[in-house]
Amino acid sequence: MTRIVIVGAGTGGVVLANKLADELHAEIDAGDVAVTLVDESPDHVYKPTFLYVPFGKKTVADAKRPLTELVDRRVDLRIGRVTEMDTDAKTVGFADGSTLAYDYATVATGARLTPEEVPGLVEGGHHFYGPEGAEALRDELAAFDSGHLVLSVVGVPHMCPAAPVEFVLMADEWFRQRGLRDDVDITYTYPINRTHGLEPIAEWASERFAERDIRAETFFNAESVDPEAKVIESMEGTELDYDLLVAIPPHDGQPLIAEAGLGDDGWVEVDKHTLEAARAPDVYAIGDAADVPTSKAGSVAHYQAGVVAERLAGSVRDAVPTATYDGKTMCFLEAGMDEATFVDFDYERPPVVRDESRPVHWAKLAYNQSYWLTARGTL
Amino acid sequence: MSETITPDVTIDARGAGCPGPLMDLIGKIKKADPGTVVELQTSDSSSTTDVPEWVEKAGHDLLDSVEHDDYWSLYVEKA
Repeated sequence: MTRIVIVGAGTGGVVLANKLADELHAEIDAGDVAVTLVDESPDHVYKPTFLYVPFGKKTVADAKRPLTELVDRRVDLRIGRVTEMDTDAKTVGFADGSTLAYDYATVATGARLTPEEVPGLVEGGHHFYGPEGAEALRDELAAFDSGHLVLSVVGVPHMCPAAPVEFVLMADEWFRQRGLRDDVDITYTYPINRTHGLEPIAEWASERFAERDIRAETFFNAESVDPEAKVIESMEGTELDYDLLVAIPPHDGQPLIAEAGLGDDGWVEVDKHTLEAARAPDVYAIGDAADVPTSKAGSVAHYQAGVVAERLAGSVRDAVPTATYDGKTMCFLEAGMDEATFVDFDYERPPVVRDESRPVHWAKLAYNQSYWLTARGTL
Repeated sequence: MSETITPDVTIDARGAGCPGPLMDLIGKIKKADPGTVVELQTSDSSSTTDVPEWVEKAGHDLLDSVEHDDYWSLYVEKA
């Protein structure tokens, strides 16, 4: 029997499990293959929903569904916290001391937020990258009727590189709709010398920021926050006063990645095409956990899961795996509360940003619903 | 000169998509110890101006920039 273990049931892990269940259904039914999906939570969370929570457009509950509703019955679902991985013995170890042996493992453990890396950020900053943060920010925004809102991209790399741009454009329109925009200043800070890492997106965003009176502060790598004085300071020496600070917090991978020797700085070192771990045999990494030069985004995890499913299915059948990941990434970009655009690109092809429109905004909202078909491996 | 530089960390950002080579470099530099030498491999020509500009602003050292056939190697030492 070939044992395939997937650690982490976010977008990458769930899509991979369901694609394997589909691709290898005959082998699983015959008892030749077992696919086990492991997560510490019984629920799957679709994180892009959190962008809408601060504006009251979605609730935290909208982001969550039980894994049992999403995962094919051919997949063994195991709820438990994985705390270690022994890539020599080929086992994963759980917090309760039990272990699970694998022939092939996929690390899909995502990214975690580590705001404590920046002094004062936990006390002084809000965020929308998790359920509690998004709800706290919703309450704060609802009560915010005047002052300086600063959105600071602190963490690099971070999940969903489009979200900070979307947030300020949405906030601008949201305050306008509520008749408060004249009393609210908005500043966006970014670590490099333009408003986004990708030049076409930076151009698109900067043009809209200028039109909508959103101030951009570039070359701003936040070093500390003084929650009492309400000041955020950058390592380049710039200080900004704020009344409401919304930060994209620093991110890190799960500690088990470094402890297992799979990567040095939190992410699994992989071949960016095959997604095979560089430092251990028969281990793959997908989604935010994998150190590849593209976005930490759901679409990446989704496409990578398809590639790894094909490769694993090939290996199970003693065929040479040939499927590779070409860097394909697709992101919607909200331009306000009722218009959006989208970009798609890969390792060789840079993005082209089209003008925003209402139909693309509707497509984004529709996709957020049909995501649950993606998770099931259908779409 | 580059022949003698042995980087502690190499970032292969050739063909990098979102959010780009400079962001990849900043992510690594933030977590590195002072004195760490990072080699950024990039096929994006704008990196050859973006990176030196950021390195100077952030107070790190650009040790060398080497043009290969279809990419550049930029060597940065964390201050």
